[in-house]
Amino acid sequence: MSDNNWRILTRPLIDDNPLTLQILGICSALAVTTSLDTALLMSLVVVCVLALSGAVISLMRRQIPRSVRIIVQITVIATLVIVVDQLLQAYAFELSKRLSVFVGLIITNCIVLGRAEGYAMHNGVVASTLDGIGNGLGYSLILIMVGAIREFFGKGSLLNVQILVPTSQGGSFEPLQLMLLPPSAFFIIGGIIWLIRRRRPAQVEKPEFSLRDEREASK
Amino acid sequence: MSETVARDSTSRALTLALVVAFVCGLLVSVVAVSLRPIQRANVEAERIAQLELVLTALSGIGRAQSIESLEQRMVELASGRFDDSIDGASFDAARAAASPATSVSIPEEQDLAGLRRRAKHAQVYLVRGDDERIDLIILPVSGRGYQSTLHAWLVMDGDTRTLRALKFYQHGETPGVGARIEEAQWEAQWQDLRAFDDAGVLRIGVRSPGGGYSDDAAYQVDGISGATRTMQGVDGMLRFWLGEFGYAAFLQRVREERP
Repeated sequence: MSDNNWRILTRPLIDDNPLTLQILGICSALAVTTSLDTALLMSLVVVCVLALSGAVISLMRRQIPRSVRIIVQITVIATLVIVVDQLLQAYAFELSKRLSVFVGLIITNCIVLGRAEGYAMHNGVVASTLDGIGNGLGYSLILIMVGAIREFFGKGSLLNVQILVPTSQGGSFEPLQLMLLPPSAFFIIGGIIWLIRRRRPAQVEKPEFSLRDEREASK
Repeated sequence: MSETVARDSTSRALTLALVVAFVCGLLVSVVAVSLRPIQRANVEAERIAQLELVLTALSGIGRAQSIESLEQRMVELASGRFDDSIDGASFDAARAAASPATSVSIPEEQDLAGLRRRAKHAQVYLVRGDDERIDLIILPVSGRGYQSTLHAWLVMDGDTRTLRALKFYQHGETPGVGARIEEAQWEAQWQDLRAFDDAGVLRIGVRSPGGGYSDDAAYQVDGISGATRTMQGVDGMLRFWLGEFGYAAFLQRVREERP
């Protein structure tokens, strides 16, 4: 793989991560990360949809009239998502019940449309596919971290394998109920963003305005 | 420049939109139709698994119940009689309700469950005690919820007046709101709830918000807040299936034949 392609694939992992830098796709990241297995399945689905939608839209990019481009992109994305959802209902019934509506909601995931409009419309098929996979993996990375943290501290298990014995079963581990509720995902994602920006100060956004005290202090 | 103009012309946009719509539509249809048998098998397995869970819970600790151990019968709903001329193993309730030959249309004022048609027959299961008396009657029920059709197992006591369980096994209600009908805590309310009063009048239902106290309170369960439409669906579904267009005739017959 050429250096350039490698860069397209790996840049969205940390340097240009859709979740932590662009803050996209937060809704599903809250909803499907109460346990690691649903986070893994959701990650897989999003990577597939992003890769395929990148490839298809890039192939069509010279044909799509500008006036109807968004609706054409959404139609392609919706088709891919519905096909994947149908496959899940056939071959991963239990997990698809737990993901419920959130597979369908990938259609409205900002990352997918964002990559289609922002990248696949202007780049070749190989680059667009790699960009889709890269962004999918960047999303997955955060999802899996959040899912692992929430399942471990919320239930004392990972992938449904009990690691810490909860007090209700005679152990010494008190499950953190908060971890199973949506707000905890905000805290964890916020923590991850803070960690990344500590290491990569370039990602820190410039404040749009400064507070009065700071202005006066800098005088 | 001329290329951009051609690409943005209205006819070009229309043509491309049509082609995309056609190809995408075709793809979705082919996938949905070809996967349907597997999905139906999954739903059927889920339906059986849920029933076995309920029965295991009802039969006391340690006695697992499998569907094979139950007595499976076909019932003709209008007369309430057993009708063994229909093979239960190949009976498909959804197909029977859709076909005009095997279903009847429900008069609008009686259609509390919003089903429009119902099959002439239903597949029920019976659990008999040691003395051959019927202990449990298991009835499949369905009704319109907020945004999907609710499907559930209704388990009645052998006395035909008391509910033992109501277990939803298929629905597409809003997660976190209507979908809470599946939660154990809510389902537990149905256990040992009286459906009919001593005079045989059907009084079961879901308590309506702001309804205050009424004589029916003893026959009703608490609704789920935020899921008003789903609750109306559950309420209508029970009133329909326990009412005269549902299983009333069958239950009456069981009651009369009970020693």
